[in-house]
Amino acid sequence: MARFMPLEQAVRENLKDGDTAAFEGFTHLIPTAAAHEAIRQGFKDLTLIRMTPDIVYDQMVGMGMAKKLLFSYAGNPGVGLLRRVRDAVENGWPRSVEVEEHSHAAMANAYEAGAAGLPFAALRGYRGAGLPEVNPNIKSVTCPFTGEKLAAVPSVRPDVTFIHAQKADKKGNVLIEGIIGIQKEAALAAKRAVVTVEEVVEDFADAHPNLCILPHWTITAIAEVPGGAHPSYTHGYYDRDNASYLEWDDVSADRDRFRAWMEDNVLKAKAEDFAVRVEKLRVAK
Amino acid sequence: MNDFTPNEMMTIAASRALTSQDVCFVGIGAPSAACNVARLTHAPDITLIYESGTIGTAPDVLPLSIGDGELCDTALTTVSVPEMFRYWLQGGRITIGFLGAAQIDRFGNINTTVIGDYHTPKVRLPGGGGAPEIASSSQEVYITMAQSKRGMVEKIDFFTSFGHGDGGDQRKKLGIETKGPTLLITDLAIWKPDPETKEFTVVSMHPGVTREMVQETCGWKVKFADTLEETPAPSELELKTLRDLKARTEAAHKGQAG
Repeated sequence: MARFMPLEQAVRENLKDGDTAAFEGFTHLIPTAAAHEAIRQGFKDLTLIRMTPDIVYDQMVGMGMAKKLLFSYAGNPGVGLLRRVRDAVENGWPRSVEVEEHSHAAMANAYEAGAAGLPFAALRGYRGAGLPEVNPNIKSVTCPFTGEKLAAVPSVRPDVTFIHAQKADKKGNVLIEGIIGIQKEAALAAKRAVVTVEEVVEDFADAHPNLCILPHWTITAIAEVPGGAHPSYTHGYYDRDNASYLEWDDVSADRDRFRAWMEDNVLKAKAEDFAVRVEKLRVAK
Repeated sequence: MNDFTPNEMMTIAASRALTSQDVCFVGIGAPSAACNVARLTHAPDITLIYESGTIGTAPDVLPLSIGDGELCDTALTTVSVPEMFRYWLQGGRITIGFLGAAQIDRFGNINTTVIGDYHTPKVRLPGGGGAPEIASSSQEVYITMAQSKRGMVEKIDFFTSFGHGDGGDQRKKLGIETKGPTLLITDLAIWKPDPETKEFTVVSMHPGVTREMVQETCGWKVKFADTLEETPAPSELELKTLRDLKARTEAAHKGQAG
């Protein structure tokens, strides 16, 4: 049953040292506020799952919170490389990080299998690719009907998934629209699901019958955090802050500059600051 | 004649390879520009698909990422990421997968994963994302990249996505039924695979380009077709379309600063 609470409490009650955690969002609706709260609370030894770890995972890895990364594309979308992730993988700074790498197709299938309660996913994938040689979790199965050999990967089943969404109603049902990504699967695959939302409304009475909705009984905790996806965006609320993604390339290039930026913008900040950051990016409703 | 840069020539030559009948899975960067120039000039009915789930998108400005809101706003429909990879890509509905590359070899195998050893990399690159299955499940694959000795190498460090392997019928032997890379468009030339060996061969050079220029920026010994054509220079409409698109894009991304 979804319980409404402040973000600080939602993160404290649902994330633990050593957890396998997914902060999902496919460019759109990235749960930045939740990730920053996790950074402030200083969790350790996390296994971080995400198809497209971008700035927030760069920050979490740079702060030494992750022992392992499970991902399919570790880049700053449209900008370049993740410099903190690179520093961890190439130089072990501030700690070494184990890497389990997949393709998008495999991870999407693995989340879906997790949501479906299956132990693994099968796909026509990885043919000729190098990843099966370096990732022992990529195996194969033979179709019992046609004999076709298919790739097999374990399902993804996080201890906790964090996502950001447009709105919740008073009961705690959650509505996601626009580029819906992998969030529904990631929430349903996890033991606990924590959602930050732009706003809480009375009900979804006027909504289209086929919208992407997570019923309140699939969600553990909801926190209202306007602007909580920044510098990612929330469709219908505010635009992507592309300039921030470009700026991150400079900030993250240097260890000291990175630490100073984190101090000013994350450690000394609070969830309420996100609303201010998106003021100039708001779209007309 | 119009003045144009090698990069503009590359994008425009790449755009010409696409038709209104194509269903194109678009990689970010150079492919994205080419696909949208095609849509805005000779291929208005092309279906552009980005891996974030947007189908039939018609962005007014080029997206910075594969998941910009502009793609969803202008799409016919937006589906979830698992649906995108399962029903649309794996289901065989993509006619052209359009990829960029950090490192490529003569058989169209691509590396965007690491420079150096996988476990102790010299440079950790972002990785494959959608590319491994775009390369194997799209009916055919086009690749576009600017030529350089660092990018076009004798031997790639990692097989992020499979082209023609060591050449010949290696795709078939691995159970891959699709055609694989059939076209490589660089800033200097247009390349197609040899029908037998599958080695990329220069079939057309862009205006003003010499064989020496192609060879000097390529890490393997280049094969040229017996009859070498000259790529037609960009038309005024093509150049204007590309430049307007870039100007709109720059203005839009700058506008979000602060």
